Amino acid sequence: MSVINYSSREITFKIVFYGTGLGGKTTNLKVIYNKVSPDQKGKMISLATEMDRTLFFDFLPMDIGSVKGFKTKFQLYTVPGQIYYNASRKLILKGVDGIVFVADSQVERFEDNIESMDNLLENLQEHNLKIEDIPFVLQYNKRDLPNISSLDDLQKSINPWNVPYFEAVATQGIGVFETLKAVSKMILQRL
Amino acid sequence: MSYENLSIFEQDFWDINNSLNRLLTSTNATALLLVDKAGQMITSVGNTTSVDLVSFGSLAAADFAATSQLALLIGEDEFTELFHQGKQENIYITIVLSRIILVVIFGKTTNLGLIRVRIKSAVSDLERIFSNIFSKLSSSSGRARETFNDDFKKAAESELDDLFK
Repeated sequence: MSVINYSSREITFKIVFYGTGLGGKTTNLKVIYNKVSPDQKGKMISLATEMDRTLFFDFLPMDIGSVKGFKTKFQLYTVPGQIYYNASRKLILKGVDGIVFVADSQVERFEDNIESMDNLLENLQEHNLKIEDIPFVLQYNKRDLPNISSLDDLQKSINPWNVPYFEAVATQGIGVFETLKAVSKMILQRL
Repeated sequence: MSYENLSIFEQDFWDINNSLNRLLTSTNATALLLVDKAGQMITSVGNTTSVDLVSFGSLAAADFAATSQLALLIGEDEFTELFHQGKQENIYITIVLSRIILVVIFGKTTNLGLIRVRIKSAVSDLERIFSNIFSKLSSSSGRARETFNDDFKKAAESELDDLFK
Protein backbone atom coordinates (compact mmCIF):
# COMPACT_ATOMS: atom_id res chain seq x y z
CA MET A 1 0.00 0.00 0.00
CA SER A 2 1.91 3.03 -1.22
CA VAL A 3 1.24 6.49 0.14
CA ILE A 4 0.57 8.99 -2.64
CA ASN A 5 0.54 12.65 -1.61
CA TYR A 6 -0.72 14.76 -4.50
CA SER A 7 -0.13 17.97 -2.61
CA SER A 8 3.53 17.54 -1.69
CA ARG A 9 3.87 15.41 -4.84
CA GLU A 10 5.46 12.42 -3.19
CA ILE A 11 4.97 8.71 -3.56
CA THR A 12 6.44 6.19 -1.14
CA PHE A 13 6.70 2.43 -1.45
CA LYS A 14 7.59 -0.18 1.14
CA ILE A 15 9.75 -3.17 0.24
CA VAL A 16 10.31 -5.96 2.76
CA PHE A 17 13.23 -8.39 2.67
CA TYR A 18 12.01 -11.67 4.12
CA GLY A 19 13.76 -14.99 4.72
CA THR A 20 15.45 -17.32 7.12
CA GLY A 21 17.81 -16.16 9.90
CA LEU A 22 21.41 -15.41 8.84
CA GLY A 23 20.37 -15.65 5.19
CA GLY A 24 21.77 -12.25 4.21
CA LYS A 25 18.83 -9.85 4.39
CA THR A 26 20.68 -7.24 6.42
CA THR A 27 23.75 -7.69 4.22
CA ASN A 28 21.60 -6.83 1.19
CA LEU A 29 20.57 -3.56 2.85
CA LYS A 30 24.13 -2.74 3.90
CA VAL A 31 25.39 -3.26 0.36
CA ILE A 32 22.64 -1.01 -1.01
CA TYR A 33 23.38 1.59 1.65
CA ASN A 34 27.09 1.62 0.78
CA LYS A 35 26.48 1.83 -2.93
CA VAL A 36 23.78 4.49 -3.17
CA SER A 37 24.97 8.10 -3.18
CA PRO A 38 24.42 10.09 0.05
CA ASP A 39 21.81 12.41 -1.47
CA GLN A 40 19.64 9.45 -2.42
CA LYS A 41 19.53 7.66 0.89
CA GLY A 42 18.59 8.37 4.48
CA LYS A 43 20.02 6.94 7.63
CA MET A 44 20.06 3.16 7.92
CA ILE A 45 18.49 2.05 11.16
CA SER A 46 19.13 -1.39 12.63
CA LEU A 47 17.24 -2.58 15.65
CA ALA A 48 19.64 -5.40 16.35
CA THR A 49 20.87 -7.42 19.32
CA GLU A 50 24.42 -7.13 20.65
CA MET A 51 25.28 -10.13 18.52
CA ASP A 52 24.28 -8.12 15.44
CA ARG A 53 21.20 -10.23 14.82
CA THR A 54 18.15 -8.29 13.67
CA LEU A 55 15.79 -7.94 16.61
CA PHE A 56 12.92 -5.96 15.12
CA PHE A 57 13.93 -4.65 11.70
CA ASP A 58 16.49 -2.81 9.62
CA PHE A 59 15.28 0.21 7.76
CA LEU A 60 16.78 2.06 4.82
CA PRO A 61 14.97 4.94 3.11
CA MET A 62 15.92 5.63 -0.51
CA ASP A 63 14.99 8.50 -2.72
CA ILE A 64 15.22 7.83 -6.44
CA GLY A 65 14.63 11.51 -7.18
CA SER A 66 11.94 13.45 -8.91
CA VAL A 67 10.12 11.48 -11.57
CA LYS A 68 7.79 13.58 -13.72
CA GLY A 69 7.49 16.01 -10.81
CA PHE A 70 6.85 13.32 -8.18
CA LYS A 71 9.42 12.65 -5.48
CA THR A 72 9.65 8.87 -5.62
CA LYS A 73 10.80 7.05 -2.51
CA PHE A 74 11.40 3.47 -1.53
CA GLN A 75 11.62 2.33 2.06
CA LEU A 76 13.45 -0.93 2.55
CA TYR A 77 12.83 -3.10 5.60
CA THR A 78 14.23 -6.44 6.69
CA VAL A 79 12.50 -8.75 9.13
CA PRO A 80 14.23 -10.75 11.87
CA GLY A 81 14.74 -14.25 10.49
CA GLN A 82 14.78 -16.22 13.70
CA ILE A 83 11.67 -18.31 14.26
CA TYR A 84 10.72 -16.81 17.64
CA TYR A 85 10.46 -13.26 16.30
CA ASN A 86 7.30 -13.95 14.33
CA ALA A 87 5.30 -11.18 15.97
CA SER A 88 7.85 -8.65 14.66
CA ARG A 89 7.79 -10.15 11.17
CA LYS A 90 4.04 -9.89 11.01
CA LEU A 91 4.10 -6.21 12.00
CA ILE A 92 6.66 -5.28 9.39
CA LEU A 93 4.59 -6.77 6.57
CA LYS A 94 1.90 -4.20 7.26
CA GLY A 95 1.41 -1.99 4.20
CA VAL A 96 3.99 -3.85 2.12
CA ASP A 97 4.24 -2.98 -1.60
CA GLY A 98 6.84 -5.55 -2.63
CA ILE A 99 8.68 -8.51 -1.14
CA VAL A 100 12.17 -9.93 -1.68
CA PHE A 101 12.59 -13.42 -0.26
CA VAL A 102 16.27 -14.03 0.49
CA ALA A 103 16.93 -17.77 0.55
CA ASP A 104 20.10 -19.28 2.00
CA SER A 105 21.42 -21.64 -0.69
CA GLN A 106 23.36 -23.88 1.70
CA VAL A 107 22.12 -27.48 1.77
CA GLU A 108 21.77 -27.46 5.56
CA ARG A 109 19.41 -24.47 5.35
CA PHE A 110 17.14 -26.06 2.73
CA GLU A 111 14.31 -26.82 5.15
CA ASP A 112 14.68 -23.48 6.92
CA ASN A 113 13.93 -21.75 3.62
CA ILE A 114 10.76 -23.76 3.18
CA GLU A 115 9.66 -23.01 6.74
CA SER A 116 10.35 -19.32 6.26
CA MET A 117 8.39 -19.25 3.01
CA ASP A 118 5.46 -21.01 4.69
CA ASN A 119 5.69 -18.48 7.47
CA LEU A 120 5.60 -15.60 4.96
CA LEU A 121 2.45 -16.99 3.36
CA GLU A 122 0.78 -17.41 6.75
CA ASN A 123 1.67 -13.91 7.87
CA LEU A 124 0.45 -12.39 4.62
CA GLN A 125 -2.81 -14.21 5.08
CA GLU A 126 -3.22 -12.54 8.46
CA HIS A 127 -3.04 -9.20 6.64
CA ASN A 128 -5.56 -10.53 4.06
CA LEU A 129 -2.88 -10.52 1.40
CA LYS A 130 -1.95 -13.17 -1.13
CA ILE A 131 1.56 -13.58 -2.46
CA GLU A 132 0.16 -13.73 -6.01
CA ASP A 133 -1.12 -10.17 -5.64
CA ILE A 134 2.14 -8.64 -4.47
CA PRO A 135 5.27 -7.79 -6.49
CA PHE A 136 7.56 -10.57 -5.33
CA VAL A 137 11.03 -11.84 -6.25
CA LEU A 138 13.41 -14.43 -4.85
CA GLN A 139 17.09 -14.17 -4.25
CA TYR A 140 19.18 -17.32 -3.87
CA ASN A 141 22.02 -16.03 -1.77
CA LYS A 142 25.45 -17.46 -0.86
CA ARG A 143 25.99 -19.03 -4.30
CA ASP A 144 29.76 -18.87 -3.69
CA LEU A 145 29.69 -21.42 -0.88
CA PRO A 146 30.72 -25.02 -1.60
CA ASN A 147 27.79 -26.92 -0.14
CA ILE A 148 24.76 -25.44 -1.85
CA SER A 149 21.49 -26.80 -3.21
CA SER A 150 20.93 -26.77 -6.95
CA LEU A 151 18.82 -23.98 -8.40
CA ASP A 152 16.41 -26.60 -9.61
CA ASP A 153 15.85 -27.98 -6.10
CA LEU A 154 15.43 -24.49 -4.67
CA GLN A 155 13.03 -23.46 -7.39
CA LYS A 156 10.89 -26.56 -6.86
CA SER A 157 10.77 -26.13 -3.10
CA ILE A 158 10.11 -22.41 -2.67
CA ASN A 159 9.17 -20.92 -6.02
CA PRO A 160 6.07 -22.75 -7.24
CA TRP A 161 4.82 -19.44 -8.70
CA ASN A 162 7.93 -19.15 -10.83
CA VAL A 163 8.42 -15.50 -9.92
CA PRO A 164 11.70 -13.87 -11.02
CA TYR A 165 14.73 -15.10 -9.08
CA PHE A 166 18.33 -14.00 -8.80
CA GLU A 167 21.52 -15.75 -7.76
CA ALA A 168 23.51 -13.68 -5.34
CA VAL A 169 26.59 -13.41 -3.19
CA ALA A 170 25.37 -10.51 -1.07
CA THR A 171 28.64 -10.15 0.86
CA GLN A 172 30.32 -9.27 -2.44
CA GLY A 173 27.39 -7.24 -3.73
CA ILE A 174 26.66 -9.77 -6.47
CA GLY A 175 22.98 -9.97 -7.42
CA VAL A 176 21.88 -7.41 -4.81
CA PHE A 177 20.97 -4.56 -7.14
CA GLU A 178 19.45 -6.83 -9.77
CA THR A 179 17.10 -8.17 -7.11
CA LEU A 180 16.10 -4.75 -5.81
CA LYS A 181 15.72 -3.32 -9.28
CA ALA A 182 13.46 -6.18 -10.31
CA VAL A 183 11.07 -5.84 -7.38
CA SER A 184 11.06 -2.03 -7.69
CA LYS A 185 10.12 -2.23 -11.34
CA MET A 186 7.37 -4.72 -10.57
CA ILE A 187 5.98 -2.29 -7.99
CA LEU A 188 6.00 0.56 -10.50
CA GLN A 189 4.26 -1.59 -13.09
CA ARG A 190 1.55 -2.40 -10.60
CA LEU A 191 0.74 1.25 -9.85
CA MET B 1 -6.06 -4.93 5.34
CA SER B 2 -7.03 -3.54 2.00
CA TYR B 3 -4.43 -3.27 -0.72
CA GLU B 4 -5.49 0.19 -1.84
CA ASN B 5 -2.97 2.97 -1.96
CA LEU B 6 -3.41 5.80 0.48
CA SER B 7 -3.98 8.77 -1.84
CA ILE B 8 -4.09 12.20 -0.27
CA PHE B 9 -5.40 15.00 -2.46
CA GLU B 10 -4.55 18.68 -2.23
CA GLN B 11 -7.60 19.94 -0.34
CA ASP B 12 -7.48 17.10 2.20
CA PHE B 13 -3.78 17.71 2.68
CA TRP B 14 -4.37 21.39 3.47
CA ASP B 15 -7.22 20.49 5.82
CA ILE B 16 -4.90 18.11 7.63
CA ASN B 17 -2.16 20.71 7.88
CA ASN B 18 -4.56 23.39 9.08
CA SER B 19 -5.86 21.10 11.77
CA LEU B 20 -2.33 20.22 12.87
CA ASN B 21 -1.26 23.86 12.89
CA ARG B 22 -4.21 24.75 15.12
CA LEU B 23 -3.18 22.00 17.52
CA LEU B 24 0.42 23.15 17.42
CA THR B 25 -0.56 26.70 18.31
CA SER B 26 -3.04 25.75 21.00
CA THR B 27 -0.59 23.40 22.75
CA ASN B 28 2.71 25.19 22.10
CA ALA B 29 4.23 21.82 21.23
CA THR B 30 7.53 21.58 19.36
CA ALA B 31 6.26 19.56 16.40
CA LEU B 32 3.48 17.28 15.22
CA LEU B 33 3.88 14.35 12.87
CA LEU B 34 1.30 12.28 11.08
CA VAL B 35 2.46 8.80 10.09
CA ASP B 36 0.75 5.95 8.31
CA LYS B 37 0.64 2.72 10.35
CA ALA B 38 3.04 1.16 7.84
CA GLY B 39 5.63 3.76 8.85
CA GLN B 40 5.34 6.26 6.03
CA MET B 41 5.34 9.94 6.90
CA ILE B 42 2.23 11.82 5.76
CA THR B 43 3.03 15.31 6.98
CA SER B 44 4.58 17.28 9.81
CA VAL B 45 4.25 20.78 11.24
CA GLY B 46 6.34 22.76 13.71
CA ASN B 47 10.04 22.75 14.30
CA THR B 48 11.38 19.53 12.82
CA THR B 49 14.75 20.79 11.64
CA SER B 50 16.69 18.60 14.06
CA VAL B 51 14.53 15.49 13.48
CA ASP B 52 15.20 12.84 10.84
CA LEU B 53 11.54 12.62 9.84
CA VAL B 54 11.75 9.50 7.71
CA SER B 55 13.46 7.49 10.45
CA PHE B 56 11.13 8.98 13.01
CA GLY B 57 8.05 7.91 11.06
CA SER B 58 9.27 4.38 10.66
CA LEU B 59 10.22 4.03 14.33
CA ALA B 60 7.01 5.65 15.61
CA ALA B 61 4.94 3.16 13.60
CA ALA B 62 7.09 0.29 14.89
CA ASP B 63 6.73 1.60 18.44
CA PHE B 64 2.97 1.77 18.11
CA ALA B 65 2.76 -1.66 16.46
CA ALA B 66 4.94 -3.33 19.10
CA THR B 67 2.98 -1.72 21.92
CA SER B 68 -0.30 -2.84 20.35
CA GLN B 69 0.98 -6.40 20.49
CA LEU B 70 1.77 -5.92 24.17
CA ALA B 71 -1.81 -4.71 24.63
CA LEU B 72 -3.16 -7.84 22.97
CA LEU B 73 -1.14 -10.00 25.36
CA ILE B 74 -3.02 -8.50 28.30
CA GLY B 75 -6.41 -8.60 26.63
CA GLU B 76 -6.60 -5.05 25.24
CA ASP B 77 -7.18 -4.34 21.54
CA GLU B 78 -4.52 -1.67 21.48
CA PHE B 79 -3.27 1.15 23.67
CA THR B 80 -4.84 4.30 22.32
CA GLU B 81 -2.13 6.58 23.67
CA LEU B 82 1.59 6.26 24.37
CA PHE B 83 3.80 8.66 26.28
CA HIS B 84 7.59 8.70 26.36
CA GLN B 85 9.21 11.08 28.80
CA GLY B 86 12.68 12.51 28.31
CA LYS B 87 14.73 15.12 30.17
CA GLN B 88 14.07 17.89 27.66
CA GLU B 89 11.69 16.52 25.05
CA ASN B 90 8.76 14.14 25.31
CA ILE B 91 6.65 12.22 22.84
CA TYR B 92 2.93 11.65 22.98
CA ILE B 93 1.38 9.27 20.43
CA THR B 94 -2.25 8.62 19.65
CA ILE B 95 -4.16 6.92 16.85
CA VAL B 96 -6.69 8.24 14.35
CA LEU B 97 -9.30 5.87 12.89
CA SER B 98 -7.08 2.88 13.75
CA ARG B 99 -4.88 3.66 10.75
CA ILE B 100 -3.01 6.91 11.22
CA ILE B 101 -0.55 7.72 14.00
CA LEU B 102 -0.40 11.24 15.40
CA VAL B 103 2.83 12.09 17.21
CA VAL B 104 3.31 15.17 19.37
CA ILE B 105 6.86 16.16 20.24
CA PHE B 106 6.92 18.63 23.10
CA GLY B 107 9.28 20.17 25.60
CA LYS B 108 9.01 22.35 28.68
CA THR B 109 6.90 25.01 26.96
CA THR B 110 3.79 22.90 27.48
CA ASN B 111 2.57 19.88 29.42
CA LEU B 112 0.95 16.52 28.89
CA GLY B 113 -2.38 17.54 30.42
CA LEU B 114 -2.88 20.40 28.00
CA ILE B 115 -1.94 18.22 25.04
CA ARG B 116 -4.41 15.52 26.08
CA VAL B 117 -7.20 18.08 26.32
CA ARG B 118 -6.42 19.92 23.09
CA ILE B 119 -5.74 16.84 21.02
CA LYS B 120 -9.34 15.64 21.27
CA SER B 121 -10.75 18.17 18.84
CA ALA B 122 -7.78 17.73 16.50
CA VAL B 123 -8.32 13.97 16.45
CA SER B 124 -11.98 14.52 15.74
CA ASP B 125 -11.07 16.86 12.81
CA LEU B 126 -8.57 14.35 11.49
CA GLU B 127 -11.08 11.52 11.78
CA ARG B 128 -13.48 13.46 9.61
CA ILE B 129 -10.81 14.28 7.04
CA PHE B 130 -9.44 10.74 6.88
CA SER B 131 -12.92 9.17 6.72
CA ASN B 132 -13.40 11.31 3.66
CA ILE B 133 -9.99 10.26 2.26
CA PHE B 134 -10.67 6.57 2.84
CA SER B 135 -14.12 6.79 1.28
CA LYS B 136 -12.57 8.27 -1.86
CA LEU B 137 -9.85 5.63 -2.15
CA SER B 138 -11.62 3.36 -4.56
CA SER B 139 -12.47 6.25 -6.86
CA SER B 140 -8.96 7.72 -6.64
CA SER B 141 -7.42 4.87 -8.62
CA GLY B 142 -8.38 6.71 -11.83
CA ARG B 143 -6.26 9.69 -10.91
CA ALA B 144 -3.39 7.41 -9.89
CA ARG B 145 -3.57 5.69 -13.28
CA GLU B 146 -3.53 9.06 -14.99
CA THR B 147 -0.62 10.42 -12.95
CA PHE B 148 1.46 7.26 -12.89
CA ASN B 149 1.03 6.42 -16.55
CA ASP B 150 3.46 4.59 -18.81
CA ASP B 151 5.58 7.73 -19.18
CA PHE B 152 5.99 7.95 -15.44
CA LYS B 153 6.83 4.27 -15.18
CA LYS B 154 9.42 4.51 -17.94
CA ALA B 155 11.01 7.58 -16.34
CA ALA B 156 11.04 5.92 -12.90
CA GLU B 157 12.63 2.78 -14.30
CA SER B 158 15.32 4.84 -15.94
CA GLU B 159 16.01 6.58 -12.58
CA LEU B 160 16.29 3.14 -11.00
CA ASP B 161 18.76 2.04 -13.65
CA ASP B 162 20.86 5.15 -12.96
CA LEU B 163 20.69 4.63 -9.22
CA PHE B 164 22.26 1.20 -9.43
CA LYS B 165 24.86 1.90 -12.06
